[in-house]
Amino acid sequence: MKAAIRVEGLEKRYGLTPALREVSFEIGPGQVCVLLGPNGSGKTTLLKVLATLVRPDRGVVEVGGYDLRRQGRRVRGIVGFLGHQTYLYEELTVVENLRFYGRMYRVADPDRRVREVAELLGLEDRLDTRVRALSRGFQQRAALARALLHDPPVLLLDEPTTGLDADGRRRFAGLLGELRARGRTVLFSSHAFELERGWADRALVLSAGRLVFNGPAADLAADALVRGEAHARV
Amino acid sequence: MLGFDRLLALVAKDLLIELRSRDVAYSTLVFTLLVLVVFNFAFELRAENLQVLAPGVLWVTFIFAAVLTLGRVFGAERDRGVLEGLLLCPVDRGAIYLGKLLSALILMLVVEAAAVPAFIALFGLNLPLLPLGLVALLGSLGFASVGALFSALAAHTRAREGLLPILLFPISVPVIIATVKATTAVVAGDPWELTLPWLQLLIGFDALFVGISYLVFELVVED
Amino acid sequence: MVPARRKFEWLDLLGILTGLSLMAALYGALVYAPTERIQGPVQRIFYFHVPSAWMAYLAFFVVFVASIAYLWRRSAFWDRLGRASAEIGVVFTTLTIVTGSIWARPIWGTWWTWDARLTTTLILWFIYLAYLAVRAYVPDPNRAARYAAILGIIGFVDVPIIHMSVVWWRTLHPEPVVVRAEGPALEPPMLAALFLGLGAMTLLYVYLLVHRVMVEEVRDDLQLIRQRLGE
Repeated sequence: MKAAIRVEGLEKRYGLTPALREVSFEIGPGQVCVLLGPNGSGKTTLLKVLATLVRPDRGVVEVGGYDLRRQGRRVRGIVGFLGHQTYLYEELTVVENLRFYGRMYRVADPDRRVREVAELLGLEDRLDTRVRALSRGFQQRAALARALLHDPPVLLLDEPTTGLDADGRRRFAGLLGELRARGRTVLFSSHAFELERGWADRALVLSAGRLVFNGPAADLAADALVRGEAHARV
Repeated sequence: MLGFDRLLALVAKDLLIELRSRDVAYSTLVFTLLVLVVFNFAFELRAENLQVLAPGVLWVTFIFAAVLTLGRVFGAERDRGVLEGLLLCPVDRGAIYLGKLLSALILMLVVEAAAVPAFIALFGLNLPLLPLGLVALLGSLGFASVGALFSALAAHTRAREGLLPILLFPISVPVIIATVKATTAVVAGDPWELTLPWLQLLIGFDALFVGISYLVFELVVED
Repeated sequence: MVPARRKFEWLDLLGILTGLSLMAALYGALVYAPTERIQGPVQRIFYFHVPSAWMAYLAFFVVFVASIAYLWRRSAFWDRLGRASAEIGVVFTTLTIVTGSIWARPIWGTWWTWDARLTTTLILWFIYLAYLAVRAYVPDPNRAARYAAILGIIGFVDVPIIHMSVVWWRTLHPEPVVVRAEGPALEPPMLAALFLGLGAMTLLYVYLLVHRVMVEEVRDDLQLIRQRLGE
């Protein structure tokens, strides 16, 4: 089966500082993969490249079979990205935000979809609240709703559980299960190595821009060298 | 293919935010009125010199208002990090530029539409509204065409909105000249043939720079 | 990296040639060319003013070409060329405006007139400044290069439009003396002095340009070395 995400020889530098160095990997459709590594290892950059927010200097990147460079628009249509920022307009309500993005993504039957997503994330009571008035936890949920709105086959989530309490994490684990059941491909980055390794089938570990581990998440514990890397500065 | 529905969505979103926060229009409107008052003190506008000075006064006011509006168009977006949200959407980057262009243009026209009656009331000079409206539309589009691009550019620099006038003024000199000259002809009741070349210049400028900005916008916002 | 030895030699040669031609141009302008009947000795500034102006516009054309090439090829060389040409161009533009002023004062009685050519050159000066400002205020070098290139292209495309609009607005500049339908209105020795000046200025421009690009190249290399050592 065609890979959901295929990366070959990916390189990116900011000025003279390299952020990603010769990264190559493949993620099959329907897999849930965790992206690990210390701060500054390039996790966010990698996710942003895949979401077409950052243009790579070199390398081949394909998402859902679409080439990043030439078919960027199509890639954006099948990708849902959750970043450090919510990408929500604070002066507008949750439902206004979602309706806007629904129009931008040309979501079919937008009102129904907005309700669906709101239910999935427990936002039904907050739809008419301005984003500015929401708590941080609910803002995260609304941001996730935005990412899921167009039901993308590929999800790229940058530290989705940072700042969440135990209940929030439980919810997220449930969400991951749902997405897996629906055959969605998920790549999420994490700081909480031990806790979240168990949520994923596969693991990728970055260190100073290089891919140092690529394999089943269960194997990660066995690889002592990599563990040392992944624990450093977390 | 061009996706008018998405363009509409972008503009509607901007205008809705503007209505809610009244961020831009309010302060720009008040500023515009103040500038007109200051001009009265600066030039002692009277019936004799009014016809000569009116076009210049009007357009300097419009230019200041334009710089304020355009500065906010991307400044706020970038500050709050929502610009990336737009970049994630499956639209051509140029379409985002067009959306911002239209939003900025509408806001600018609203402010100008408020400034004109204020001008007439304060200075007692009757202005032919329809021809003036045409000049204002073409001229504002001229400023906004490069202004929206430069606003996005400036938002990514250390100087932020401060850089915008430095970029905008020299490039939009043809617009400044053409609008003032056309307004002068319109106010003086000159025959159409005198106004036409300036309007043609504006149309040419607008078409050229909207086109270039559309093509080049991606390079400004990409990382 | 450039094989330092060889380039050094021909650059030296260029330097000497530039120096000689500047001296020749000075001679041509101040001694060889006859004194103009109406304007007197002040007119001799013309032999520096006009070549400066041509260089100012040539330099911006080079910025334009370098900008397009950079956006197409994304190679550091074109970025350096654009920056170097802009820095030198702004100097020539300043020179044009200043010599124009010095010339204008005794002839027209004012330091400045808003005639078509001077005004366009003044706007060009501001566009150069905008270009350099963008480079200065953007911290990321790749971004700065892209933004500067955009400004280079927009600026250059705009210059003829600016000129046209200013001409329509007002004209006062002395009739184009050299480039005219019937041919130049200068006597041959004056023409010779002008072309000497033009030649000297062009050589000076090229010499400064090559030097500036090399300096930028070395600076980038140094940064790269520092970077590697730090890793």
